[in-house]
Amino acid sequence: MENKGLTKVDLIFEKVDPQEVLTKAFKMTNDNIIKDILDSGLKGRGGAGFPTGLKWKYTAAEKEPDKYIVCNADEGEPGTFKDREILDQVSYKVYGGMAIAGKAIGAKNGIVYLRGEYRFLLPKLMKELESFHKLIDEIGYDFKIRYCLGSGAYICGEESALFESIQGDRGEPRNKPPYPTKSGLFGKPTSINNVETLVTAMMIVKHGPAAYNILGTKDSRGSKVFSVSGDTPTPGIFELELGMTVQQFVNEFGDGDTKAVQVGGASGFCVPRKKFQNTIIGFEGVPTGGSMKLFNSSRSMYNVLHNYLDFFAEESCGQCTPCRVGCQQLLKGVEMVKKGEMKSTYLNELVKLAETMKVASKCGLGQSVGNAFRTIVENFREEIIY
Amino acid sequence: MINLIINDQQVSVDEGTTVLAAAKKLNINIPTLCNHPDLCVAGNCRVCSVEMKGARTLIAACAMPVSEGMEIHTNTLKVRNARKHIVELLLSEHRADCTKCYKNQNCELQQLANEFAFGDHVFLDLTIDKKYNIDRSSPSFIKDDSKCIRCQRCVRTCAELQFVSAIGVANKGAHQKISSFHDRPMSHVVCTNCGQCVNRCPTGALTEKTYIDQVWDAIYDTDKHVVVQTAPAVRVALGEDLGYDPGERVTGKMVTALRQLGFDSVLDTDFSADLTIMEEGTELLTRLKKALVDGDKNTAIPMFTSCSPGWIKFIEHKYPEFLPNLSTCKSPQQMFGALAKTYYAQKRKIDPSKIVSVSIMPCTAKKYEADRPEMRSSGFKDIDFVLTTREFAVMIKQAGIDFRNLEPSSCDSLMGDSTGAAVIFGATGGVMEAALRTAYEIVTGREVPFNNLNITPVRGMEGVKEATIKIEGCTPDWKFLEGAELKVAIAHGLVNANKIMRLVREGKAPYHFVEIMACPGGCIGGGGQPIPTNMEIRQKRIDAIYSEDEHMVLRKSHENPEVIAIYKEFLGKPNSHVSHELLHTHYVERDKY
Repeated sequence: MENKGLTKVDLIFEKVDPQEVLTKAFKMTNDNIIKDILDSGLKGRGGAGFPTGLKWKYTAAEKEPDKYIVCNADEGEPGTFKDREILDQVSYKVYGGMAIAGKAIGAKNGIVYLRGEYRFLLPKLMKELESFHKLIDEIGYDFKIRYCLGSGAYICGEESALFESIQGDRGEPRNKPPYPTKSGLFGKPTSINNVETLVTAMMIVKHGPAAYNILGTKDSRGSKVFSVSGDTPTPGIFELELGMTVQQFVNEFGDGDTKAVQVGGASGFCVPRKKFQNTIIGFEGVPTGGSMKLFNSSRSMYNVLHNYLDFFAEESCGQCTPCRVGCQQLLKGVEMVKKGEMKSTYLNELVKLAETMKVASKCGLGQSVGNAFRTIVENFREEIIY
Repeated sequence: MINLIINDQQVSVDEGTTVLAAAKKLNINIPTLCNHPDLCVAGNCRVCSVEMKGARTLIAACAMPVSEGMEIHTNTLKVRNARKHIVELLLSEHRADCTKCYKNQNCELQQLANEFAFGDHVFLDLTIDKKYNIDRSSPSFIKDDSKCIRCQRCVRTCAELQFVSAIGVANKGAHQKISSFHDRPMSHVVCTNCGQCVNRCPTGALTEKTYIDQVWDAIYDTDKHVVVQTAPAVRVALGEDLGYDPGERVTGKMVTALRQLGFDSVLDTDFSADLTIMEEGTELLTRLKKALVDGDKNTAIPMFTSCSPGWIKFIEHKYPEFLPNLSTCKSPQQMFGALAKTYYAQKRKIDPSKIVSVSIMPCTAKKYEADRPEMRSSGFKDIDFVLTTREFAVMIKQAGIDFRNLEPSSCDSLMGDSTGAAVIFGATGGVMEAALRTAYEIVTGREVPFNNLNITPVRGMEGVKEATIKIEGCTPDWKFLEGAELKVAIAHGLVNANKIMRLVREGKAPYHFVEIMACPGGCIGGGGQPIPTNMEIRQKRIDAIYSEDEHMVLRKSHENPEVIAIYKEFLGKPNSHVSHELLHTHYVERDKY
């Protein structure tokens, strides 16, 4: 188990000169940009963790002339608020990252899908966008970005549901394959990347891939922005190197009484105290899009689980059977067990159901409901039953 | 060609083939639910989940395209566990009232439960906490949300096949449901009552509104004289609900069965179909003369057929500015209805207030048509009850009739004679062909120049068909049509009707006469026909229709002796004043939504 310890990093919010970085990028060949991103080991920072270099490589390889770069700024995972900060502080780097991605894959159009609840950021974002367009124009690169607002659905953070939303249809995930790199927005090759991923990409172009690669572990290269909340004396946004244990994280952010850490929000994993020591925060252990929530001994894990299940029953698009009905069954099931109207052994059936949801659901939402369910029921069974 | 392995068996298929189709080639059945051969892939029920080597999750066979070297297993423990769960989940949100349900024994969910989920069910009944809506507002069908399993077949049907989108998906998550514009009752939205959704619903969520009990009551009311008419499309499909293969003609036995059910007079919609041709053919020629000779700019060309009530409601909602283009002729069903309580009543010396007029149709929209307020030309409700082919089969079973062993018989007289031209009304292109067989002969004095009267250019399953008939050697009365090229078009399925209407709206439609049927395949694919439906079944029914036509002695509407008689003794001539009173109608502009 590769353990890098807890180290603060200043990369995402570092002030740079966009003209300098973009000019450098536009002098590179598309292949070299992609090679740098591949060598850096950067994986998607929205939570899914797909190698960014590969995503750009596949999209670049498509012959179709019309392509899109989409910035996923839907940030819907409960407990994630780091993209909000990034957009507020360094939106010019988000735009820069999009332009670099556009060059690498051959897209002239970029769209930022902004969570509807972040509408209040728009005035500042649009002002920055105006400056960005001027700069791009001066450098001489044909690239335009426009905004598209969400309307409050968590499912629209899923890439294909996001495309459907932009296209004016119900935010329902599509059948895959074909994948977005081949058929994405409006059926065209699309690279959809998280806000933080795009900023990181721009910084990799500035500093070179090696500087990024030495950070983190073999499977989780680089650093990540975390949004810490819950029972902690120091909630907020923190940029840390990947590869720390949950224990090291709790040592830094806990209040001395941490019972559990929910890594990755409602669709993430609940790590109990006894597992802090040998759980790595990263793609080889528990991955996260940034959401880190600490619970101390005053918290009822039944309430936490109920909150997550209620969330999913509400936010599921409702399209596929395992998720639409499964979420309702899990929610009602734990309520019945808690009330004593179903035997505690019923939880075992629900764990099996969660497994079915994981393998049979159409999209990541349904596939992830079981993560929180299983880890909370496994580690805090007595809090569900009594 | 792509090579893959399914259950350790090799198979080669074209690129783009789904795993489901590839398995079918190996005669391996993967269960499905939301999948339907007439519709686009949905991939939402997850019943077809199978294992793919190297994949993190199971894959949906209906949606996954094959790839070289793919390895699939369709019945592993992982698959079986998931399948049982999925079927149980579907059952847990379905109000299973099977013994009371119209779809009992013809329900795809029941079949899946029988195959994959028998034994104790683990999950909680979710229906007890929900407030369901059962919509009985339409005269044609009932929408019972408590039985809906959200496969979205109805939504895809209404959007893709019919271009109506009267129903759609609303809300999300636990509150997701299939509903209409602002949750309005189905009678108050753009729904055309075509029943294509009913044909494709796998459960009892969508069924026709049945009138079986009312018809039994009328039959057993000694005070009432019950007449019945049967549409052409019924006779080539009724067998499917009585144990026959698709495409078997059961006309003779059907008539005998109707007598045994207790109807006082067994007559034929085909009679009034022949009548419709006389009225509509004359109307067309009159319009052509007004438009082409008299130069009347107000005469609307192209003229559209008007026997499909689903199509009528469609144009009333979506293209109301073209209502003048519709033929003013009623449908054969409604012409019959008006005559049953006037002509027939007079001839048979029966008090019309004691006549109950029943029609058996392949259609659900006909139930709506019978209820239209203007359909009272006889002074009474012209058609009292409309039964679907499916309801008819139920009545035959209820009466204990051993259908297979019946002796065939023929319809009663006065309104029971028909020709081959009438029976082809049931197929797309049939009305056009029947009209041409008569109109051409009226104008030229000769038969249509097609081998054995079979006008093949207007036949077939293509969505929009076009044909041009050159008119030569006209009789003196019709000299103005000498050398004219009559351009006709035929569309079936409302999505194709829409294609033609778009052209008309843009002024780009070169046609003089257009036949439009709301249902794919024409009436043989109607919303009241036996379930299931697919392209193969509809093709077989169409083949049976044309076979029925070929075997008839008379094959042109104007040769029908009862039609000749009714003009001589009652109507006078086509489009006469009496004809207009009883056999013609008007239309209503409706809202867009």
